Amino acid sequence: MSAAAARPVIDAEDEARVRAALKALAAVPDPELPALTLADLGIVRFVSVREDGTLEVGLSPTYTGCPATDHIAELARRALEGAGVGAFSVRPVLAPAWSSDWITVEGRRKLEEYGIVPPSPAAASARTWRAAAVGLIVACPRCRSARTESISEFGSTPCKALHRCLDCLEPFERFKCI
Amino acid sequence: MSQSHAPPPLYRYVLRLGDLALVLGQRLSEWVGHAPALEEDLGLANTALDLVGQARLLLAYAGEIEGGGRSEDEIAFLREQGQYLNPTLAEQPNGDFGETIVRQVLLDAFQLALYERLTSSRDDRLAAIAEKAVKETRYHLRYSAGWLVRLGDGTEESHARAQRALERLWPYTVELFEADALDRQMAEQGIAPSLEEVRSAWDRHIDEVLAEATLGRPQDRPFTWFGKRGEHSEHLGYLLAEMQYLQRAYPGARW
Repeated sequence: MSAAAARPVIDAEDEARVRAALKALAAVPDPELPALTLADLGIVRFVSVREDGTLEVGLSPTYTGCPATDHIAELARRALEGAGVGAFSVRPVLAPAWSSDWITVEGRRKLEEYGIVPPSPAAASARTWRAAAVGLIVACPRCRSARTESISEFGSTPCKALHRCLDCLEPFERFKCI
Repeated sequence: MSQSHAPPPLYRYVLRLGDLALVLGQRLSEWVGHAPALEEDLGLANTALDLVGQARLLLAYAGEIEGGGRSEDEIAFLREQGQYLNPTLAEQPNGDFGETIVRQVLLDAFQLALYERLTSSRDDRLAAIAEKAVKETRYHLRYSAGWLVRLGDGTEESHARAQRALERLWPYTVELFEADALDRQMAEQGIAPSLEEVRSAWDRHIDEVLAEATLGRPQDRPFTWFGKRGEHSEHLGYLLAEMQYLQRAYPGARW
């Protein structure tokens, strides 16, 4: 759990490797939401260079039980191999815990285009058991109506919840705010 | 399997946390394909998935502390009943949907109170796992408490069933807060919070939910089970028989 083994980027070659790694990771699509990349989801925590020259890549899992987590790490490894960044290791970073607030502006735009309502700020979800953010409007991604209702706090993947539009009557998904 | 060194107390403490998540996750997953509506099927299955995810992190850590090279899967699937250290409440059968929801509220509130405090554990790894798990748990409680309010404050039938389930399961909550030597040792070392502290946070959550659900808080009784020491009710054996079937019948089988 320590970052003690990291050293500052000292030469141009290291810097180029870190840049290449970040670029390669940024292009990896999420297996369940292929419209979004790992960078869009905000799960690439850091790329650092260890004493022995190994690149260390930290990825934040979104949900502890998300079946895509192992798959994402595997895709990241393949991308790094493809980018030829030399020796590297990929490890999960649990703390600070990933938050849906870390999804980038670009990521939110892509989610919306994909027909999934992006998450509201997680801080708005109260720290109690009571339903979060009373009065918060979740607009229908198809017809933009503000008249929608929650069907379930859970959805087809660990990161989504189900809603329904009361005007166009279509069900739709929303990213969970966590 | 002889061991020259007994694993440190932290191993048993982490197992208690991991086994609670594992056994409760396994119970909830029994609802898959059987829940009263598709949305609830998704809700219970997703909660189970998060719990099994938490169990993986905790059991993998337990394996590292033990230092014998056991993986999370070996610990999950190849222990005997007496070696599981979950509280007895987690293994209680699902009953009807209402009973499952009551069990879930009681344990979601317990996990929430516990994980919130474990985020400042002196054990960095446990603190990191708790920080991740606490967000999921808060979400779980919102779901289970929301349902308990609808059932308790619903029809005469749903209210009566929810109250009955509460009366049946309540005695098992004593164990959650009954500190034994291990709990006290972990608290003294700053690894775990004191269970009195956890209890007062749990009481606040539970009293709020029960009030809104118009359900009565049952009387506390002094008798307690000790699943967390490996002394379980009859129900755990059946659960393990199903959960372990594949690994027992085909040792080392892989996905």
